[in-house]
Amino acid sequence: MLTAHERAEGGALDSKSDRRATFDVAAIRADFPALDQEVHGKPLVYLDSAASAQKPRAVIAAMDSLYLHDYANVHRGVHELSQRATRRYEGARDRVRDFIGAGDSREIVFVRGTTEAVNLVAQSFVRPRLQPGDEILITGLEHHSNIVPWQLVAEATGAKLVVVAIDEHGAVSADEFAAKITERTRFASFAHISNSLGTVLPIEAMIAHAKKAGVSVMIDGAQAVPHRHVDVRALDVDFYAFSSHKMYGPSGIGALYGKASHLEAMPPYQGGGEMITKVSFEETVYNDIPHKFEAGTPNIGGAIGLGAAIDYLNGIDFDQLAAHEESLLAAATTQLVDLGGITVVGTAPEKAAVVGFVIDGVHPHDVGTILDREGVAVRAGHHCAQPVMDHFKVPATVRASFGCYNTMDDVVRLVAAVEVCREVFR
Amino acid sequence: MSDLRDLYQEVILDHNRQPRNFGPLETASHKADGYNPLCGDRVTVYLQIQDDRIDDVRFDGAGCAISTASASMLTDVLKGRSLEEARAVFDAFSRLVTADSTELNLSDADRELLGKLLVFQGVCEFPARVKCATLVWHTWSAALSQETDAPVSTEE
Ligand SMILES: Cc1ncc(COP(=O)(O)O)c(C=O)c1O
Repeated sequence: MLTAHERAEGGALDSKSDRRATFDVAAIRADFPALDQEVHGKPLVYLDSAASAQKPRAVIAAMDSLYLHDYANVHRGVHELSQRATRRYEGARDRVRDFIGAGDSREIVFVRGTTEAVNLVAQSFVRPRLQPGDEILITGLEHHSNIVPWQLVAEATGAKLVVVAIDEHGAVSADEFAAKITERTRFASFAHISNSLGTVLPIEAMIAHAKKAGVSVMIDGAQAVPHRHVDVRALDVDFYAFSSHKMYGPSGIGALYGKASHLEAMPPYQGGGEMITKVSFEETVYNDIPHKFEAGTPNIGGAIGLGAAIDYLNGIDFDQLAAHEESLLAAATTQLVDLGGITVVGTAPEKAAVVGFVIDGVHPHDVGTILDREGVAVRAGHHCAQPVMDHFKVPATVRASFGCYNTMDDVVRLVAAVEVCREVFR
Repeated sequence: MSDLRDLYQEVILDHNRQPRNFGPLETASHKADGYNPLCGDRVTVYLQIQDDRIDDVRFDGAGCAISTASASMLTDVLKGRSLEEARAVFDAFSRLVTADSTELNLSDADRELLGKLLVFQGVCEFPARVKCATLVWHTWSAALSQETDAPVSTEE
């Protein structure tokens, strides 16, 4: 029997279908209770979704209903609650499959987030293939989580990390990527969209170059999935990873897509319960994929929350969302530059809704504090991308990032708050 | 805006614009580097100590207005002090910027020791910025136990 919530989850698409007709940002805002508050006496303007996004009621409700009615451990109970929880947990996996266009739920591994996904692939897929002198290819705009795991395997095997440089706008050229592929290249891993610069990478062309050379590819999709449709089969990518918390779901959960043939051939990443079918002291038989990679009791509530976030996003027309976010990006960029004395860091031709900038004579950390007092939440720092900061010769930047709930009003408030910074530092 | 002015007082902005005693000290007897990985602030403190007295103190590095002003004012306030006095200033300063303003308990002697450092009182209302104000002080404290093979090279 379906629980009330499962019926509601099935119906999520229909009830949201009116959202598809027009992009109604007021209706979307109303779905996010946290946005409706004052900070330091001013209405909150949340421009830090690239760090982590706020959560819609539907996600909170889905997790609530799990804990209120359906919670038990998954995959190991004959009793009713365990079966309900298992159904909802595996239902979330099916949603992830459909969300990114995978063909088979066995290709979806639940992980803690993008960071764990990269580590899993680095240790289980890439490391066993590496010989001293082999090369792993990344780009100059990667998040630390797509740098350090590769350094760890490189250090352990004598392989080396090769970096495709970014240009003065923060763009990555597919041709330069191709030029860095050698016969020693064993793997390539790069972001779909940069968190610090907003750059959208030419991943189709990059994947094609890698394929031609027989190099497997992983894509860090953490910043992409909240903004655009991803189709892993159309991309023909080997691995694709993302985190739930940046796409309006809970933190502590994310997904790794891997081609079934790869996942089947890979050794487990961690050992424990759930990932085995038979254990004796002489021998252990591993569970089938994806469970082979999900040792221990998983983040059940997180996965279900992620499933609800996907339902929520399915109710939004991504083309309209992209157009909306693009108009916010354009307005924020133009208005900030028009103030004068402001440098936008990251001006690639194709960008997601992220504006990184520095104000002449005002350190980003001070900007962050002043904006906060004006009710505007931004990130100030190196954005876990210190090599990017080094490339642009800045210690840090201020980053305003936009999500589905941001409005032109938010842009106006951002620009006004930046003017306050300049007044304070005049 | 008014509470922002509590933090960004004119004196602080002035020291940020024109840091005093900025740049390496060739004759330093002690030196330490400080780094706040969260925001990337870096500071190096150079000390010339003789007979338990700070004859000279300079700093360099790059950081936000609060950390730059704090470093600049530290050099101003500590130059010429005995180590004992300097440690007392450090202690009072730590209490000044970390205390909840309602429980701030400074004696008249503390206030006199702190002198112009009292402008940092506004920092305690900005918990995310306390580390910016204290970085240079912890670095100074570390420098006390790090003797250099003086003179320090600027190439280092
Ligand atoms: C581009 C990118 N990759 C990876 C990550 C790491 O994600 P998480 O911290 O959720 O594992 C982030 C977010 O911080 C990111 O923006």
